[in-house]
Amino acid sequence: MVAASGPGGAALSWNVASDLRQVLAFHFMVNALRAGTIVAVAAAVIGWFMVLRRQSFAGHTLAVVAFPGAAGAIWLGVPAAFGYFGFSIAAALTIAAAGGISRGGEGFTEESAVTGTVQAFALACGFLFVTLYGGFLGGLTDLLFGTFLGITDTQVLSLLVLTIVALALLAITGRSLFFATIDPAVAAARGVPVAVLSVLFLVVLAVAAAEVSQITGALLVFALLVMPAAAAQQLTARPSLSLAITVVIALAVTWLGLGVAYFSVYPVGFFVTTFGFTAYVAAVIVRRGVDRLGGHTKSPSLVVAQ
Amino acid sequence: MSLVSSANPIVGIGHMLALPFEVRAYIVGSLIAAAAGLVGYFVVLRRQVFTGDALSHVAFTGALAALALGIDLRIGLFGACVLFGIVMAALGPSGRADDVVIGSVFSWVLGLGVFFLTIYTTGAGATRGGTNGNSGVAVLFGSIFGLTAAQTTSAAIIAVGVIVSLVAMARPLLFASIDPAVAAARGVPARLLGVGFLVLVGVTAGEATQAVGALLILGLLAAPAAAAQRLTARPYRALWLSAAFAVASVWAGLGIAYADSRIAPSFSIMAVATAIYAAAIAATSIGSHRRTAAPRVRSADRSQVAA
Repeated sequence: MVAASGPGGAALSWNVASDLRQVLAFHFMVNALRAGTIVAVAAAVIGWFMVLRRQSFAGHTLAVVAFPGAAGAIWLGVPAAFGYFGFSIAAALTIAAAGGISRGGEGFTEESAVTGTVQAFALACGFLFVTLYGGFLGGLTDLLFGTFLGITDTQVLSLLVLTIVALALLAITGRSLFFATIDPAVAAARGVPVAVLSVLFLVVLAVAAAEVSQITGALLVFALLVMPAAAAQQLTARPSLSLAITVVIALAVTWLGLGVAYFSVYPVGFFVTTFGFTAYVAAVIVRRGVDRLGGHTKSPSLVVAQ
Repeated sequence: MSLVSSANPIVGIGHMLALPFEVRAYIVGSLIAAAAGLVGYFVVLRRQVFTGDALSHVAFTGALAALALGIDLRIGLFGACVLFGIVMAALGPSGRADDVVIGSVFSWVLGLGVFFLTIYTTGAGATRGGTNGNSGVAVLFGSIFGLTAAQTTSAAIIAVGVIVSLVAMARPLLFASIDPAVAAARGVPARLLGVGFLVLVGVTAGEATQAVGALLILGLLAAPAAAAQRLTARPYRALWLSAAFAVASVWAGLGIAYADSRIAPSFSIMAVATAIYAAAIAATSIGSHRRTAAPRVRSADRSQVAA
């Protein structure tokens, strides 16, 4: 531990029970853990579909769009939620529309170009709002990289409601979405509305990203979306099991990150991304180990080449 | 800045170019934009936009790491970008370095960047100067007016180097990008070109960070190139058009930022680039409604040019 004193002025005693009691003694910390738990579950489930659908770039862009949303809301003096969801949903629909135009048979990937342009333009808008509002540089770092201080009871409640709505939508569409992801052609032939589902999923992804960014900051949302899912899909190919592992990893990473950040001067985003990446690397190593032990048909050079 | 602006645009431009920092911004901005436009054409063509996205975050971490260590920002910037470019190229063509790997790696790298930012703004670095809080913002969103004469010179030399190297490798790279199998059969060193290209993308990302900031690199790489590819199917014409669009975005963006000093140049440059792309989409979708056979003819034309 580099610096054992955090925002609560707390010192780490290395006695787990008393440290835990110390963390939970503060209401803001309890709220941070509640919000972190809700956010982790939402990000894990939606991120799992995102990784499965290979939409990391769109996911990252939607995550980043939370920044201009929040900055714009502060500049105009409207509730942050309007900015978050307004910008995120607009970006989701733009990317979905780009997916539509790129099916026209053009020779290059229009979708990724549009996604990249949306991302850069959205960030530029965020920067414009910040400069027009004038002087909240400390707040800017929080918007971008997150803070777990000062989460109110109302925020926790609204996060909970949003997560339940998003997860309910996924639960209803989950089977068809999974089908449409694994085999779009067959799914479309069986009457699954593939195009509608993909727009719907982008919107849910946008809402989840806006929500998560309130804790992790706009630039680090993506870590919580991609890392647990990437780790879990290394470990198992069975859908329900890997979904469960994703949620467990996301929860562990968030709780550990919040706990360690409490005792440290470094921001929570750093710890969450580091623990998430550790989980991912560990999963890759385990996978390689299992492959090497089990896969007798593979020649060693092939394993190395992978 | 706005106090010398004028209702007459010619006079206004004259006033603007009398300011040394504006002239520096125009020179270095044009060169960086030309490099980004040329490199961006291949980034879009080779479907590596997400790699460009990742590089923008790596650029942030590299710059902040250098600041936290107390060395020249550009060493960290270029070092991190080029290293990441090589790593991506090494993982790349075998197909295993998919977007999930790239995403996991760069979001962790960004987390490290936050760590360095905290060290720099709260640790020993903070006692050296009072403006450390702004440097993270400058790296993220650029400060093209803040470049010194020496920084302008080195940025201009590096940009010219990128342009020359890219033009030199444009022909084989185009071949390897459009038809990798045939190119390999004809003895084009596709793998080497791929590595060299990603190194150039890394250098360009480092350059563009100084102009428009780490987070907005992607706009300068993707928007002009995609607009150019919408307007023409001929590779070389699209390549030059992409560079021209990028340079035009910087010129118009700097002009807008001068005319209204509240607007940051990074925003106006991005806004112009986005507007050009949107106009290109609008123009071509009207055109393709008029003659529906056009896209197929154009893609056939494209493969002819490649062969």
